[in-house]
Amino acid sequence: MNANRVRITHPRTEAARRVPARPVIHEIDEQTQLGEVYMTSLVRSQRRLALLICSLTALLLGGTALVGALVPGFSRLRLFGISVPWLALGVLIYPLMIGLGAYAVRHAERNERDFTELVEGK
Amino acid sequence: MTHAYAIGAVAAVAVTTVAVGALGLRRARTTSDFYVASRAVSPRWNAAAIGGEYLSAASFLGIAGLILAFGYDVLWYPVGYTAGYLILLAVVAAPLRRSGAYTLPDFAEIRLGSQVVRRLASLLVVLIGWLYLVPQLQGAALTLRTQTGAPHWLGGLVVVAVVLCAVAIGGMRSITFAQAFQFWLKFTALLLPAIAVLSVWHQRNDTIGDGYPTVPRATTVTVSSPTTVRVEQPETLTIHGAVDGRPVGGPVTLARGEHHLGAHTRVHLQAGDVVPVVTSLPAQHNADWLRPLGSGQDHPLYASLSLMLAICLGTMGLPHVLVRFYTNPDGRDARRTTLIVIAFLSSFYLLPTLFGAFGRRYVPDLLLTGNTDATVLLLPERMLAGLPGTLLGALVTAGAFAAFLSTASGLTVSVAGVLSQDLVRRGRDPRRAHRIRAFRLSAILAIGVPYLLSLPSERIGLAAVVGLAFAVAASSFCPLLVLGIWWRRLTDAGTVAGLVCGGVLATIAVLITVVGGRERGWIGALLEQPAACTVPLAFVVMVGVSLLTRARVPADVGRVMVRLHVPESLDLARARPVPDHRSSPAIDRSSHPPPPLADVSTTSTD
Repeated sequence: MNANRVRITHPRTEAARRVPARPVIHEIDEQTQLGEVYMTSLVRSQRRLALLICSLTALLLGGTALVGALVPGFSRLRLFGISVPWLALGVLIYPLMIGLGAYAVRHAERNERDFTELVEGK
Repeated sequence: MTHAYAIGAVAAVAVTTVAVGALGLRRARTTSDFYVASRAVSPRWNAAAIGGEYLSAASFLGIAGLILAFGYDVLWYPVGYTAGYLILLAVVAAPLRRSGAYTLPDFAEIRLGSQVVRRLASLLVVLIGWLYLVPQLQGAALTLRTQTGAPHWLGGLVVVAVVLCAVAIGGMRSITFAQAFQFWLKFTALLLPAIAVLSVWHQRNDTIGDGYPTVPRATTVTVSSPTTVRVEQPETLTIHGAVDGRPVGGPVTLARGEHHLGAHTRVHLQAGDVVPVVTSLPAQHNADWLRPLGSGQDHPLYASLSLMLAICLGTMGLPHVLVRFYTNPDGRDARRTTLIVIAFLSSFYLLPTLFGAFGRRYVPDLLLTGNTDATVLLLPERMLAGLPGTLLGALVTAGAFAAFLSTASGLTVSVAGVLSQDLVRRGRDPRRAHRIRAFRLSAILAIGVPYLLSLPSERIGLAAVVGLAFAVAASSFCPLLVLGIWWRRLTDAGTVAGLVCGGVLATIAVLITVVGGRERGWIGALLEQPAACTVPLAFVVMVGVSLLTRARVPADVGRVMVRLHVPESLDLARARPVPDHRSSPAIDRSSHPPPPLADVSTTSTD
């Protein structure tokens, strides 16, 4: 497992303060110019995904809070003798958050794969 | 005898932590190893380590205690602690890893190239770190006092000593393994007692009654310092000591209302007696305790939502969280690790809820002293008689200590890293020995100061103080990270304005709450949960000032954006030959084409 273990170095401050020791890698420059449009599209798609996940999280949490606050009957509901609000906020909300996380991971990776194929396909 | 088991458990955790640290010592030979634990850390270990570091005294003890006292509304804390990682996953995980930043000040400098921003970020890291460390040390003091009767100052000192030992000899490397180990220890230490408690409860077929909380069996409570309690319905209790300034020694009839108990007063409660509640906690009916927004605070809906905002957005700004992302191989693994973290936290947080709910039924006498953070520690022994209860109590104590140690050591390393880099180590002495000495010195500073701050005993719940640390982080680092990653037009001037505005306002609110005590009405609600105002304000200021100082947008913003967002696989395939591991040991294969901003220097191998 450690056969190809790679040691890394923290980009220490004084290293960052120094004038770059080597010329800017040509490939980056090339990529920045060539791929400016692609870059914008990648960042945009990832940003849209991030916003979507944040909104869904806000909807999930805010919705639960508002239902608890504004629907009077909610707090008296019982399921198998356990209060439904407790069940919702203490247990059921967690699998939903895991699901949202899995969705975020899958789609972020898909966006990156699309981008890679687009750039390499050229 | 009980004490012996608890002391044994604490000693075992301390020794194991130092031992695991020493184990890592053999490999921690270079500065890079010392700081970032190299790269031999798999995602699952990494996730366990993040969980281990994250689950602090607030999670392990505080939440159950708050649930006992306040009820349903507290369920938002663990939900928020988990949702924070969801936001982190969606918004910052991969770009942050790809930035190659090891600390938040690093990120600020990489993105904005400004020393002023860097210094400001360093100050904030130290502030948030200290704010987060104080409750850890207070929790340690509480645990040791509850379980062994040790003096108040000792528990924190034990944590300080063990953390400094582990950090000084092992550095980061050892801590990764120690943290992962401590996550599983904490999980087991709550899971086993929870199962035992559940089965006992199942046999008793017991429920939480409708009235005010009553003790299930005869209990004697000793009030260590003068306390004012509230009695909701008149009752006769046997009390030895002083009530309302008069010495008493027998049955006393207490009228409805507030009563003052002198120091060292003993209150004997019979089974079924309603517990008088200390005035700093709500004396609620169980029906109110069960229902949403029933905790008797002012503006509870605002408080809940503001707290959620603080925790969800503050998680990404905690100093000890970012460091862990550096040990992920690449951005993709950073996301996957975060997902595993969410799953781990989701499983863990089912347990404090259980303890809090059972605590309401079986240890409500804690409401009298206000010492509700001890719920988790006392519940196993109260519900299980004899040796099993004692052993489970010792296990819980061990878990609690693991919680203090892991969070405290993670924070100490982060704060010390920032201190040694930006505040202690002046000059450019590149020698490794000098760096490590500066780091060790900073570690002492990093945990010594909060230890001194933790000594004056405050009676604010652990989870509440931690919530304030989140509020400061959410009002300062969250806008910096979010805008830095997703908005090209961020400028250094805008960042400084936003950090100062959000950071200062949130800190003032925190100080007033911690030092000045609670206010009523809207002002109190705003001061206790400032995030809903300070976070949007910090965003607005940061964006507004950036737009006004358009000329200051860093020239290399395009290159930084490439580095933050382009998947590593692409660069490996395109721009870089496969690195030769033997000849260039220091190249980070995952980071983007050797970033010109952060020159990769070789490590000394002597």
